[in-house]
Amino acid sequence: MVTAINRPTAAPMETSSATPASRAFQVPVRSTDAEKTPTLIEIENFDFYYGAKQALFDISLKLDDKRVTAFIGPSGCGKSTLLRCLNRMNDLIDGTSVKRGTVKIRDTDINTREVDPIELRKRVGMVFQKSNPFPKSIYENVVYGLRIQGETNKAKLDEIVEKSLRGAALWEEVKDRLHESGLSLSGGQQQRLCIARTIAVSPEVILMDEPCSALDPIATAKVEELINELKKDYTIIIVTHSMQQAARCSDKTAFFYMGKLIEYADTRTIFMNPANPQTEAYVSGRFG
Amino acid sequence: MSAPINPFASKPSRSRSFEKVVLGVFRTATYIILCCGFFVFADILFKGVPTVANAFKTTASFPYVTNTFLFEAPETLYVFEKDGKKVEMGDGEYRTYREAEEAKAVAAGQPAPVFKASSYVYSAGGIWPCIVGTVLLVLGSMTIALSLGVCSAIYLNEYAKDGPVVRAIRLAILNLAGVPSIVFGLFGFGMFVIYFDWNVSLLAGWFTLAFMVLPVVITASEESLKAVPNGFRDGSLALGATKWQTIRKNVLPYALPGILTSSILGIARVAGETAPIMFTAAYVVRDKLPWDVEKASDFFFQGVMALPYHIYVVSSKIPQNEYTSRVQYGTAFVFLGIVALIATASIIFRNKLRSRYQW
Repeated sequence: MVTAINRPTAAPMETSSATPASRAFQVPVRSTDAEKTPTLIEIENFDFYYGAKQALFDISLKLDDKRVTAFIGPSGCGKSTLLRCLNRMNDLIDGTSVKRGTVKIRDTDINTREVDPIELRKRVGMVFQKSNPFPKSIYENVVYGLRIQGETNKAKLDEIVEKSLRGAALWEEVKDRLHESGLSLSGGQQQRLCIARTIAVSPEVILMDEPCSALDPIATAKVEELINELKKDYTIIIVTHSMQQAARCSDKTAFFYMGKLIEYADTRTIFMNPANPQTEAYVSGRFG
Repeated sequence: MSAPINPFASKPSRSRSFEKVVLGVFRTATYIILCCGFFVFADILFKGVPTVANAFKTTASFPYVTNTFLFEAPETLYVFEKDGKKVEMGDGEYRTYREAEEAKAVAAGQPAPVFKASSYVYSAGGIWPCIVGTVLLVLGSMTIALSLGVCSAIYLNEYAKDGPVVRAIRLAILNLAGVPSIVFGLFGFGMFVIYFDWNVSLLAGWFTLAFMVLPVVITASEESLKAVPNGFRDGSLALGATKWQTIRKNVLPYALPGILTSSILGIARVAGETAPIMFTAAYVVRDKLPWDVEKASDFFFQGVMALPYHIYVVSSKIPQNEYTSRVQYGTAFVFLGIVALIATASIIFRNKLRSRYQW
């Protein structure tokens, strides 16, 4: 992970003397830490069920606009479930239901009848754990969402392809082979292609469900660098199993355990000075 | 000095010899099957190829060569003796010959000649109407089966929620696959021919055959839809596509090669079945070709000749003699050739699709 840690960041790096000895990594102080940003997504008393099994218990959480929020926690703690609730991808699973509480994006409850999940997903994009480029050309992958929306203007599509691929830091690598299959790319490039595809429809929020879990450290570093770039324009919520990753690229971190939100605070606080002993145990690697 | 003792030398034991026996059994079984297949094909080829090969004939006009077996209708064969030689003539040829002889006799002032010829039904001429009929039956029934089957597979796999109802439907479809084809024939006869009053017609045959292959098409289409990774569906939906857009653009194209594979099997079955069409679509003999109709709608309500039914007729419904096996094997050979042709075309088409969408 050397490359990833030594990557230059826009924010000044500062090592905290208060770091507990048990931490194998550092959390940099970022210039954005002190800034206040408006809340974009507000989750209140949210209960979620898979059939009769409750997956989320009374989650209340406010996610900042144009920031990176990380969800961490052991497997099965509900972090991915909550992420998928934010663009209602859970609708696709039989038997899921919201029993209580609300998820509000820009003050609109997204679980009401008036909200069309199709429109919601155009605004809240998602990048999956397993990179899933479609077996089409790189170009067609990027314009997929636009074609779905009926965009046929070739010049506009070309423009958006370049913009999106530049945005996903992939343009230089693929500009000469846009019409080759998206599956001919390497794993890290495929994941960045999926990010490009997501930003091509210009969403407000990008949900990332363990985007780097199948990538090698170099590809991971590239994606993390990209996340840092993207947060200028997008609100990013990332689920990750790697605590280093959460520490490196998120502004705020929420720790989940057994379907409950245990602690939610600035990333620095969560990793350096957690209030809850369970969080402390998890981030120092004693369980999970 | 003696050679060192080999610690890995094989030790004869019962289990070792048993291994050899097992291998022998499996191998023999495979080769027996291979031999059977080989003999079936060799038999048909050896007896069938001469029929087609001997039927080439030059013509006066374009394309200057024709094959009487492939491109003519079946005729009755007349065999008679003329000047101590055995002459074989088809129906039409024999009639002109007789008229010519009679005219010759009249011109010469002789009494009308007496013709003594033995006739053998369907042993002359060719099988062109059967080829046309079979191709029409295959095209029509596969179109119906594919459109119905793919729709139903999409519904079952993509839309329907898994539950007792869907499972019951699936089970019913699987059971349908086990129904003997003669039962489908009877159903088609009762339903389409009599109740819908379509008579013995192409349309009745199409639907009967389509229903017969539907289970195969549905099951295989569902399998190929299942084989498309869920990531493609999720990825598409997460980009704001509707369900149908997702299926249309990002699921169905990748499942098509698999669906086509199933339809290739379906083609072979549809082309080969005799039982479902013998009550619903097939005529023993019909002079007119299918496009010889007065109005377009008649096209669907006419019976046709078909290759498998023709084989059945010439093998079991007419008196057997030295001339029948020519037609039987010739028809079988052409039939195999046509099925192979359609299947090859579909395989090439499928492989083209497959190379376009690979994951």
